Formats: sequence, structure tokens, C-alpha cells
Amino acid sequence: MTIHPRPQGGSLARLAVRALPQALRKLDPRHVITSPVIFVVWIGSVLTTVLAIISPSVFSVSVAGWLWATIVFANLAEAIAEGRGKAQADTLRATRTNTTARRLTDDGTEEDVPGTDLDLGDLVVVEAGQVIPGDGDVIEGVASVDESAVTGESSPVIREAGGDRCSVTGGTTVLSDRIVVKITARPGSTFIDKMIALVEGAARQKTPNELALSILLVTLTIIFTLAVGALRMQAAYPGADLSLLMLVALLVCLIPTTIGALLSAIGIAGMDRLVRRNVLAMSGRAVEAAGDVNTLLLDKTGTITFGNRRATDVFPVEGVDRDDLVAAVRLASLADATPEGRSIVDFAEAAGVSGEPSNQASLAVLGADVVPFTAQTRMSGVDMPDGSLLRKGAGSQVTAWVEAGGGVVPSGLQAVIDAVSQRGATPLVVARSRDGVPAVLGVVELKDVVKPGLRERFDELRAMGIRTVMVTGDNPLTARAIAEEAGVDDFLAEATPEDKLRLIRGEQATGRLVAMTGDGTNDAPALAQADVGVAMNTGTSAAKEAGNMVDLDSDPTKLIDIVAIGKQLLITRGALTTFSIANDLAKYFAIIPAMFVAIYPGLQALNIMRLHSPSSAMLSAVIFNAVIILALVPLALHGVAYKPMSASAMLRRNLAVYGLGGVIAPFIGIKLIDLLVSLLPGLG
Amino acid sequence: MAPSLQAVLAILLVAACLAAIHVPLGRYLHWVFTDPRHTRAERVVYRLGGIDPSVEQRPTFYALSLLAFSLVSLIVLWLLLLLQAHLPYAYGRTMDPLVAFNTAASFVTNTNWQSYVPEASAGYAVQALGLTVQNFVSAGVGLAVAIALIRGLARCDTDRIGNFWVDLVRGTVRVLLPLALLAALVLVGLGVVQTLRAPLGVTTLAGGHQVIQGGLAASQEAIKQLGTNGGGFFGANAAHPLESPNGWTNLLEILLMMAIPSALPRTYGLMVADRRQGWTIAAVMASLGVAGMGLLAWLEVGRGSLEGKEVRFGTAWSAVFASATTSTATGAVDAAHESLTPLGGGVAMLNMMLGELSPGGVGTGLTTMIVMIIVTVFIAGLTVGRTPELLGKTIGRREISLAALAMLVPPALVLVGTGLAVIIPASRAAIFATGPAGFSEVLYAFTSAANNNGSAFAGLGASQPFLDAGLAFAMLTGRFVPLVALVSLAGGLAAQGRRPVTAGTLPTHTPTFAGFLLVVILLLTGLTYFPSLALGPIAGLS
Repeated sequence: MTIHPRPQGGSLARLAVRALPQALRKLDPRHVITSPVIFVVWIGSVLTTVLAIISPSVFSVSVAGWLWATIVFANLAEAIAEGRGKAQADTLRATRTNTTARRLTDDGTEEDVPGTDLDLGDLVVVEAGQVIPGDGDVIEGVASVDESAVTGESSPVIREAGGDRCSVTGGTTVLSDRIVVKITARPGSTFIDKMIALVEGAARQKTPNELALSILLVTLTIIFTLAVGALRMQAAYPGADLSLLMLVALLVCLIPTTIGALLSAIGIAGMDRLVRRNVLAMSGRAVEAAGDVNTLLLDKTGTITFGNRRATDVFPVEGVDRDDLVAAVRLASLADATPEGRSIVDFAEAAGVSGEPSNQASLAVLGADVVPFTAQTRMSGVDMPDGSLLRKGAGSQVTAWVEAGGGVVPSGLQAVIDAVSQRGATPLVVARSRDGVPAVLGVVELKDVVKPGLRERFDELRAMGIRTVMVTGDNPLTARAIAEEAGVDDFLAEATPEDKLRLIRGEQATGRLVAMTGDGTNDAPALAQADVGVAMNTGTSAAKEAGNMVDLDSDPTKLIDIVAIGKQLLITRGALTTFSIANDLAKYFAIIPAMFVAIYPGLQALNIMRLHSPSSAMLSAVIFNAVIILALVPLALHGVAYKPMSASAMLRRNLAVYGLGGVIAPFIGIKLIDLLVSLLPGLG
Repeated sequence: MAPSLQAVLAILLVAACLAAIHVPLGRYLHWVFTDPRHTRAERVVYRLGGIDPSVEQRPTFYALSLLAFSLVSLIVLWLLLLLQAHLPYAYGRTMDPLVAFNTAASFVTNTNWQSYVPEASAGYAVQALGLTVQNFVSAGVGLAVAIALIRGLARCDTDRIGNFWVDLVRGTVRVLLPLALLAALVLVGLGVVQTLRAPLGVTTLAGGHQVIQGGLAASQEAIKQLGTNGGGFFGANAAHPLESPNGWTNLLEILLMMAIPSALPRTYGLMVADRRQGWTIAAVMASLGVAGMGLLAWLEVGRGSLEGKEVRFGTAWSAVFASATTSTATGAVDAAHESLTPLGGGVAMLNMMLGELSPGGVGTGLTTMIVMIIVTVFIAGLTVGRTPELLGKTIGRREISLAALAMLVPPALVLVGTGLAVIIPASRAAIFATGPAGFSEVLYAFTSAANNNGSAFAGLGASQPFLDAGLAFAMLTGRFVPLVALVSLAGGLAAQGRRPVTAGTLPTHTPTFAGFLLVVILLLTGLTYFPSLALGPIAGLS
């Protein structure tokens, strides 16, 4: 029931076998015509088959057979890529059972209707154990919901009316309580329906770059068709009557069949790679745009930092022992269940201060009174049984408490508070009142901790020419400190949704493409404006509607992976195009001498591979042309190895591997195949 | 001097001269097409033509202006050729209507394929008023399109790419006319004939009868080379002693034909405000140009004979001229190209098959190169994981379609034209040589026509209805379909915004890119023409 990555090592062969019937069905010309290059091969196959029937020979039958194999291999690549999605679609489809919805009527009563009869704006009641009949927003109540059908995540999530956690997905199950859901999607266009269509590739349209590449491939096909067609006329001059079989073989070898065969598989596999990471792209265009992104807008909280402040250091005031301060603030925090409070206890433990009392219960045993945080006092702490009072809180509150009790605030305190603030951290002042005299002990630095390894990733992004901008509601001082620590290029402090939108428009006005993540309804305009808008699945349906991708794991850091996947998709296309065209050189050296050596024996000089005979040379080229497609299927499906580096470095690397490799590989491959083929009896 | 040493020195001399010329000329061209003012002479032309030079045109109007101008040129020149008997200084020369149409198409397309024999069918007046005028303006048209295409890359968010009439007039008045005038004077000084006197019949010392030709040869010769036209005043073209009497005129003519095409990359760099882009193009052009010259000279010197070559030039200079004329869109010849060795002739053809971009015709060399850059950027751009872009302009569906169209038309014409010509009995009968060389004659003719070169392999009796009509069609289609595609391309590029340059942007000025560009050019050309070359020049080896 999940779309989590499945193991795939060694399973490609099995997938291929399973995809074979589908690949054979795709020999239907109505399908083949969607790829013009392969359609030319198809026509060639039909022609050679007719020729082979009229005058059967080992050569003609072999050529016809291998041409059909070329198309089957092309279809196989596509079928395997689609097959992966089909399996996922089937599990999803299983969740789309025919649920019965309990629709609320205008007079407040309930009526049972089939889930497929729901319309926009209908209100339905869902109770524990029931499946939510359609996508919508919770307008009443709160419930825990099992969304594993969609996200693969088994722990339930809370969905409640109002706010940013109100959206529910059809097909998920309510585990507790009762909610009223307002339907926001018609049956057939729900999130799960869209997911099914996406992973199945049914909604797949050619992306802009894919279209442009297709045009280039068609152009090359036209040029080579003309070259080969003209060759038949031209060869009549010296009196050579080139057989149609030879010309078809030459043509199929020259047109860019390799990339033509793998192009759609590459596109489907690219989308599939996203799905494997639990990201759903609503269009292939968005995946390509991800590769083009110049600017990443990253939310500070959750993306760059862990999202909760942690105690990272303490600063005792003069005359106070550091351990004394740590022990005091630990006591004051033992009963504090907030993440900050827990982190202070953890910090103390790491600093070697532990022992009894060790938790709230043991405090109670001692007879201590816990002073909880209130909006009025804005302090918390504990009153110990020995009469000493411990308080921690914001600087102004604690100093006011100290002064009110007759204590003196040390002169150096403000400087410490300011220093902590400037580092982007929150100062927490600790004070203790002993024998009725309060005194400041020191300051605890609470800091939103930057996730490890981010600096390196941002450096990589910079090398690829991508600028990172941190977006935060913090004040500029704090924002700057965290931005510097994380290594982002820029930051937007005290950001409102309008600021975000303005920033995106500004970047786009200078020709940059922007990617961002968001989850709230107020993120929706920015998500819609961004070139790549990744909505968190936990977010509102407005956000999901506005973005062009949805991250089912709701992990904003994944934006960086999405960029990498987009780039990898384009690189794979480019690399295989280069490889495909570079292959032609060797094929010429195999076929041209084979064709004309009978008329001009001098052309034997071009037979640099020393191929056995004209027939074996041609057949070898045709076989290589077919086999290379099969050999490259794994590369097309997995994408080429991708490491972040500058465009110049990447160009050098990929041209060396796929350009030079594309020139050399067929010389070796054709020679080897020729050695085998020449053993065929009756080939000549 | 040993011929091989002479060849090396000749190539170095040509390269050094061009290296020196291209800097000031490139800057001058930049000024010509960016100067906000109009000279008095230009203003007079604009007033006569009812043109508002301050108004820039949309791509559609730019293209329509270009086509209208060329169509009128075609008709006027055809009529002039047909009615030349009524013009002064005709000396009784006349032209058959189909040949005249072929000639008109040839000169309007900057091809200057000569299906006619000038001494027999083109009088002085029609040469000066018809052919020479087209030598100027057809080159001006090519230059205008190149400038419009550069503007497309240099500009952003606009639907205007310049004014065709202003570009044409400026290119003619400020560039071609003054330079041609200067060159003509130097040529006259070096002994090229310039007279209105009728051909002179003399009795030689041995008692034989000889006709010494006259005419306005120097003035036509200068623009013929400078505008990469190539149509000779005499049938023998620059091999004729009155067109190019000595080694100095030979060198000057080589430099003239290469001057503007070599300078345009620099103009490009200046106009797009990134000189490195210009250097890259110049480097690729120079590599291909020097390689072509070197290869041709190496194949001729020591291997070829002097048959069909002029003793006063020798094999080395003949080879350099042959490569220069085919690697520019000129087509002037100072030796019979059929007398080149088979592979030497193949190099001359390959120069043209590359699309003439080493350095190519006036304007068309640069535009062909930009088309190849777009194709290269497209493939290279994908391999670095980005939507391909050139100078911040996205190379998308529209751009690649138009570039593909411009790239596709000439090879289609060459391949199909050659195929038809060798199977149609009438044109097949026009082939002079036997075996592969005969095939080369036809292949050369269509390569020359479709790429608007104009040189001939000799031998082929091209004045034959199928060839006259077929080659005229090849010339017109090979010229105007790409030009219109390029103007449209310029419009699309100009309308785009500009994406910023980052570390993720594919640099189009590095040696890696230049190397890849070179490989793409050679590979695409090689793959397209290899079978045809195998039947002609390569088969000629055996």
C-alpha cells in the first residue's frame, strides 16, 4: 500500500520479461507513430519483411528480424518504465473502493449516498473506522487519520478544522473521533485519481525540452532519409542498383534510433524517480523546470533548522559558578515539557550535571512547587522546599522580578543578552531568590540548530549556479546569524506571504526560475507564482492546488533532491542524444564500404574495422543498433550518474563519456558482432 | 621556393593579414550598424524610397521587405538581361530566357553561378548596371540578415529587430561601396582591365588572330570578391589574366573575399557585449578555414598537376584560392576545380557542404555559424542538466525548429538535386567526365548552387534546361528559405527576456565548447554527405 522505494537490484530482467507482452502490443502503428524516429524503423521493418518473404535469404530474414527487434526493444524500454508506475497505480486503485458517504442534508439529517455521487461543497460526516469518501477540508471537529494509503507513513496524523491542518484526502481512514468534511474535489479528479494517472503515465504529455529534442531528432531523420533516398538515385550513376534492403538497413542505422527509442522511457522514469521519493509532480514541465531553477526559497524552520530552539550554551554572570548556573536552570526546567525545557535538561546532562531530582515526579516527591509559564508572568520555574525560588524567562521579565524583590541586576547582563541575540539565538535569563534576595545567575543561549551537512549541500548548489534564499519570520539580526551559519546566499527576514511573493516576482523579472516549498493557505499565491512550487502533503488543499508538486513526506529539504532529479532527467536525454549521434560514425565505416565496394574496390580502404563481408558488415551494424538500445535501458531508467558540479566541468565530463564513448563503442561492438555473425552459414 | 613551403607561407600570410584586418573592420561594422545618425547620402536614398529610417520593423515586415526587394531585383535583372541588346555597349551579346533567369537568380542570391559565357552573352552595360549592382545589394541583404540575427541575441523583450532598408543601405553605402572603390583602384593599378572599349582583334606575332577582351572588369572584380559573389567578368573568372594578372592581385582577391566574413565575429562580440563569444566563433572559423586550406594545399602540392592551373599562381596559391573561394560563399576561381586531385576537389566540396562557415559568405557565414551554435548549445545544454540557452536566450521548440529549417534546406537541395540530375537522361548527358569525376561534377554543381557559392567544377555543360531550372530553384530556395527562417529566429530571440548567467549556465566561450561545436559541425556535415562523397571524390581514389 505504499509508494516507497522498492528494492530493484537485479529485478530489471524480471521487469523486462513482464513488460514483453506490453512491448509487443505497442507494435501497433497507431502507437509507434507517436515516436517519428521509431515509426521510420517500423516502415523499414514492414518493407524488409515483405522483401524477405519475396526472396528469403539468411541476410534478408536476419535484417528484417533485427529491425523488428529494434522496435520491440524501444517499446520494451517504455513498457518497463510504465510497468513500474502501473504496479503503484494498482495499489492506489485498491484504496479507491466504493465508499458510502454520509452526506449532511440542509435540515441537518444524514443520508447515505455512494462516494461517487458527491459534488463540490457537499458536507459529509466521517467517524472512527470509516474511510473518507473524497478530498476535502475538515470544517468541524478533530480526528487522527491514517494516511498510509497515500503517504506510506504508518503513524496517524491529526486533522482539525481551521488552520493549516484541515485538508483530508479521499481514501484515507479516520482512526478516532468524528469530523465533518467539506468536499473540495469531484469524484474522478481527486488527489488519488491524479496520482493514479500520474504514476501510470496516462496523463503524460511531452515536456517542452522533450518536444524541442523531438524536433531535432525529426530533422536528423529527414536529413538521413533524404541522404539515403538520394543515394539510391546517385548510385544509379555508376550503375549500382542498391537493394532496398541495404538502403533500409543504412537508414535505420543512421537515424537517431537510440535516443528516439529511449526518449519516452527517460521521461517516464524521471517522473518515477520523483514518485519513489514520495514527490508527485503534477506535470512533466515542472520536473524540467526543477532542473533549470536558479533560486531556491527555503523556509528556515524545518528546512534549514530543526525547527525548535535548543540550549547550546550558558553564560554565568560575574561571581556565579558555571555549574551552579547549569544546576539551577536544570532544576527550573525539569517540569518544563516544552522542547526548549527538555533541551536544557539534555544540555545539563551533557555538561555533567545530573542526578536527583531527575524529573517532574521526583520534584513533586521533594515537595517542590512548579511555577508554570503564563502569558502574564512570561516566566516559569520552581519553588524549592528550602524556600529558594528559581525563575527563567525573557530578559525584561526576569530582571523586573529581580528588581521587584530588591535584588541588583549586574551591569554586564545586558551585554551578554545582546551578544546572544546577535548570534541569532534567544537569551533566557535565569535568576534565583535565596533567603528572600533575588539575584541573576546568568543567561542560557537557546538556539535554533542548523541541520548538519546543509552547508556542504548549499556549496554544491552554488557550484551548480543555484542561489539559496532563507525565508524566516525572525528579525533580521537573528536571520543573518542563522543564514551565515547555514551558508545560504541570502535571507528574507520578517517575511510575510506578500514579501515572499514579491521576492519571487523580483527574481523572475531578472529571468531566474524560482523553486519553493509551502504548506499554508497563505503560501498558495507564492506557490502558484513559483516555477516549481512544492506543497507539503500536510498542508492545506489550497496549497496543494497552487503548487505543481506535492511532497507526501512533507519534508521541505527534499526541494534540493527535486532539483537534482530535474537536472538528471535533462542530462540523461542530452547524454543519450550525444551518444546516439556519435554512434553513426562507426556505422558509416561499416556500411558504406559494404555497399559500394563492388563498384569501387578502392572503398575497401574505408573498411577500417576489417569486417568479414558486406553482408556481415551490414547485419552487424543493424544488430548493434538494436542491441545498444537494450543495453542502455538501465541507464535510461536510472538516469546517468549525477554529481553536482559547474556546467563547464559537467560538459567536459559528459562529452568525454558519452561523446567520445559514443564514437568508440560501436567500432568495438560492431567488430565483435561481426566476428559472431560471420559464423552464420549462408550469410556470405 | 619549394611548393610545400610556399603553401605554408601562403596560408600563414593570408591568416596573418586577416588577423590584422578583422579587428578594425569588425569595429567599423559595429559602428555602421549601431550609429544613430544617417549620412546625407543615406537620407537622400531614404527620401527617394519613401522610407522612415527611424522606424524599426517587426520580423514579419523585415522578412517581407527582404523578399519584396529580392523579388523586384530578380525581375529587373532578368528583364535587363533579356533586353540587353537595347542597352549601350552590348556588342551584340544576348542571352537565352532560361539562362537569363538562371543568371538573375544566381546574382540575386549572391551565388553567381555562371551558366552563361560572359564574353558571348553579357554586354558591358548589363554587367555594370545589372550584375555589379546585384553584387553589391545581394551581399547587403546577407549582411542585413546577419545584423538582424545578432540584434535578436543582443536585445530583450522587444518585437523590433531593425529596419531592413536601413541595414541594406548602410551596408552598401558605408561598407561595400567605399571598400570596393578602394579595391578597384588598387586592382587597376595592378593591371586589371577597366575600359569601355570594345574587344580588340589583333594579329599575333605568329600570325594568328586573337581577341583581347575589354570591359569594366576591375570595378566588378572588386565587389565580386568583397561581396563573396564570385561571378567573373570573363568566363575564365579569376584565372583570366585581365581579371587577375599576377600573384598580388590573386592575394588581394583572396583577402577581399575573406575580409567581411572574418570581421563579422568581432562585430558579433561587440554587439552582444561579450567579445569572448566573437573570439570563439573566430577561432572555430579560423580552425576550419586553415584546416581546409592546409588540407587542399597538401593534396595538391606534389600530388596534383599544373593542368588546369595558372602558371603565374602555381599549385600552392591555386589551392589556397580554391579553398578560400569555397569556404567563403564566393565561387570565384583562379583554376579549374575539376583539375584538382579527386580528394582536393572533395575538400573544396566539403568546404561548401559545411554550409560555408569558414568564414563563409558576407553575413551568411556568421548566420550559418550561429545556427550551428544553436544546435550545439541544444545538445550540450541538455548534457549539463539545464534547458539549453545561448546568451541567456532559451533554445526551445521554436528556436530549434527554425535553426533546423535553416540547416536542413541546403543539404536537402544538394542530395535530391544531385540524385535527380544523374538519373534524368538529359542532364546526365551534360556530364563531361566519366566515372566518379563525372558524378563529382553534378554533386559540385548542386552543392555550389544550394549553398550559394557559385563556383563550378567545370566540365558540366550546365546550360541545359533541367540544370538551368533546377540550379536556379536550388539557388533561390537555398538562399531565401534559410534567410526568412533566420529573420524569424531573430524575432523570437529578441522577444525573449534574458536569463542570468550563473555557474550552472553552459559557457559558450570556452575551448571545450568551441571543440564540441567543431565536432558537431564536422559530424553533421560528414554524416549528411559521406555517402555522396564516397561516390564522387572518395571513389575517385581507386
